[in-house]
This record gives sequence, C-alpha cells and structure tokens, in this order.
Amino acid sequence: MTVALSRVRLALPAFTLEVDGELARGWTGLVGPSGAGKTSLLELIAGFRRPDAGSIAIHGVPVFDSEERVDVSARSRGVGYVTQDDTLFPHLPVRGNLAYGHHASKGSPADFDRIVSLLSLAPLLGRPVTALSGGEKRRVALARALLSRPRLLLLDEPLTGLDPASRDQVIASLRSIRATVPTPTIYVAHNPGEVLALCDEAIELEGGRMIRRGVPRAIFEGDRDPRLPG
Amino acid sequence: MTSASIIAFTVGMAALSLGLSLPFGLALAWLLARRRWPGKTVVETLVTLPLVLPPVATGMILLRLAGRRGALGSLFHRLFGSDIVFTWRAVVLAMTVMAFPFLVRHARVAFEEVNPRLEQVARSLGANEARVFFTITLPLAARGVVGGGILAFARAVGEFGATILVAGNIPGKTATISLAIYSDLQLGRDAEAARLVGVAAVIAFLAVWVGESFLSRRRARP
Repeated sequence: MTVALSRVRLALPAFTLEVDGELARGWTGLVGPSGAGKTSLLELIAGFRRPDAGSIAIHGVPVFDSEERVDVSARSRGVGYVTQDDTLFPHLPVRGNLAYGHHASKGSPADFDRIVSLLSLAPLLGRPVTALSGGEKRRVALARALLSRPRLLLLDEPLTGLDPASRDQVIASLRSIRATVPTPTIYVAHNPGEVLALCDEAIELEGGRMIRRGVPRAIFEGDRDPRLPG
Repeated sequence: MTSASIIAFTVGMAALSLGLSLPFGLALAWLLARRRWPGKTVVETLVTLPLVLPPVATGMILLRLAGRRGALGSLFHRLFGSDIVFTWRAVVLAMTVMAFPFLVRHARVAFEEVNPRLEQVARSLGANEARVFFTITLPLAARGVVGGGILAFARAVGEFGATILVAGNIPGKTATISLAIYSDLQLGRDAEAARLVGVAAVIAFLAVWVGESFLSRRRARP
C-alpha cells in the first residue's frame, strides 16, 4: 500500500481530523464538502504539518509515528505536492522553477525534456512565472513536482479557479501524466466529475473522517458532472 | 585631519559595521520570524533597546563591557592582545550596536512577508534548510533586507552618543563626521563644521531615499 495511515489525529478549529486506513492504489480521489479536512490530510502526508498522534507510512516506510518519535522531514519524504494556491517561485522563470526539484533529485536532462514535452511547456521555459495564465501556472506546478521524482504525488484541487479553456488544458495534462507516469497519486477533487474521469478509487471525507470509499462510479452514481467527458 | 579623510573613515567604519552585522542580523531576524524558542521576547527586547535608550547610556554600558576590565574587553585583549575602547574598534562596536536594530527589524518583517508555503514546497522538492534560505527566503525578502541594511548604514554614519563615550574623539584615530562636527563647533571652526554637516546631510538623504524606495517598492508589489 502506498500510504498507510494509522489512527492519525489532528485537532482543527472546527473538528478533529481522525483518519485510519490506506490510500493511493493508482489514483485516489479525495472528495467531500469544503472544510472536511482534505487539504489538512495532504499536509500531514507531505510533512507540512505534524499530527497530534498516530502514524503515517509511505511505501511501507514510517515517515511519522508519534509513539516511536519518528518524524521524517518534508524534504526526505519524496512527496510531490501541488497545492491549491499558486506556489510557483515568483523570482524564478519557468525553467528555474522546473529545475528546482529536478536538480535536488539528480534527474537526467532526458527526464527534464520528457516532462517538459509531456506537459507542452517548451514555449514557456524562458518566461517569468508572473506572466503565465492560471492554467499554465498549474501545468508548471505539476511538472515541477514530477521533476523532483516523487514516490507519491499529492494534487490539491488542480482545476479550481480556472476558466473552461484552461481547465481543459490541465485535464489533458493530468490525463497524460496518468497515462505515462506511474507515480501513485492522491487527488483532492472540487467536484465528482474529476474523480470519475481520473481516479481508480474515491474516498469521501466529512467532518475529518472517511465516511465512504469505493470505485468512483459506485460512489457518484447519477452524480456526474456533464462538463467532464468520462 | 582633512574633511575627506574623516568622511572616508566614517563611511569605512559604517560599512565594516554593516558587514559584521549582516550574518548575525540576518540569522537573528530569521530566527525571530520563523522559529519559536524560549527567551525570544527577551532577545527581541535587548536588540530593540538601543533604539529607545539614550545613546549615551548605551555608550556607558558598552564602555563597561568593552573596557579592559569588562567581560568583552578582557576577552578581546586575551585573544588579540589589543584594546577596544578609544580605538577604531570601539567606533565599529558603537555603530554596530546602534544600527543593529534597524537591520534586524526590517529583515524580520521582510522574512515574515515571504509566504511560508513557498518554503514548504521548496523543502518538499528536496531542498535543505540552507538552500531554502538562500534560494527562496532571502531573494524574496531582498528588498526589505537591502532597505534595512541601508538604513542601518545611515544610522551608523550618524552615530554620536555611544561613540563619543567608547571611542573618545581622537582626531585622526577615532573622529567620525559627527564627532568632528562637535569638536569643530567647540573650537569655533563653524565653516568646517558646516561643511561636514552638509556632507552628513547628503549621505543621510541618499541613504534614507534609497533605503525607503527599496522598502516601499516591496510594499507596493502585488
């Protein structure tokens, strides 16, 4: 199993996040009302936040365990995190942003070119990130995370806030990633259509707990977003 | 001693004091902005103290500390075989202590304004703490740090109260622009004093103008 969560607890202002279970066989969609704790859960897995208790293992390796006092730094977890907000480094051009993780992971130039062409970023390489459209920014953020060669990819609502044209572009990019990069992925979705289109499994979170899980189609029957082709 | 050499001495000592303050000032500013630790409030207060304490009082404390029988002075004498007080080293010491708060306060605010998310993402991309600081935090805080550094430099150039106590006012040895203006006036050399006042005003004007423009352009950025 990719991510094993055992009695993970984190007190949040409105409720306590309490998760127990295993995640990410292929692409796992995480859904639920806003404020259900989806982003907090990703932050715990990425090591941006520390749970109050419990343990987290990635690919069988413990990265956090409150009893054993294990707390692997975000740097060493090998988790690529594409956050909901724009976190491209504003002082670096597109190429500098992409090279940032690539350099640390000692990836080859061929890897770089492969990901750049996979996400059609070649024409953007020299541009400042402040001159990119919303969709372009998301694609650069995806490529930057992939170039750090993560063992696990976390995507937090990568389609939110985009206009329809950019949305289509990013969906196409996500499909290409899914088809060619074997990295297991946890995908926080804004609406069920995304999960139906992209994920192998869906988990519903509410009030900080997993309330349902299963094949996306079974979970969202009759609940499909017409904007997304299946 | 000519005006030119007094000006060169003052600017040189202020630059040296800024150079010495930078590594410590930036490290402290970062610790204040990004970490929680016991005694933080005490250190914060101590660093800010020279801003509000009468400079002469700071000077007297430094004189006690840096004198040959003081903790700092005796250690320095044992290590290097020379004194601090009434030498150019005392000029640098007084300037550093008086200007340090400007650097630390501005750098701290600048570091706090850097989105911590960017630092977290950099870490998740495999960067260690040093790389995060030098490639993300510092470049994004650069305007505030440079602005604070320039204001600290300007404060150091104008330092008088603490300097006169620890460094004395020894012509050709420890006389800075401010100290020379004071002695020129005492001796009735009003024209020389006026010339130095003009120079000090130009340096101060330029420094504050450049420093503030760095700080305000940072604030204006979206």
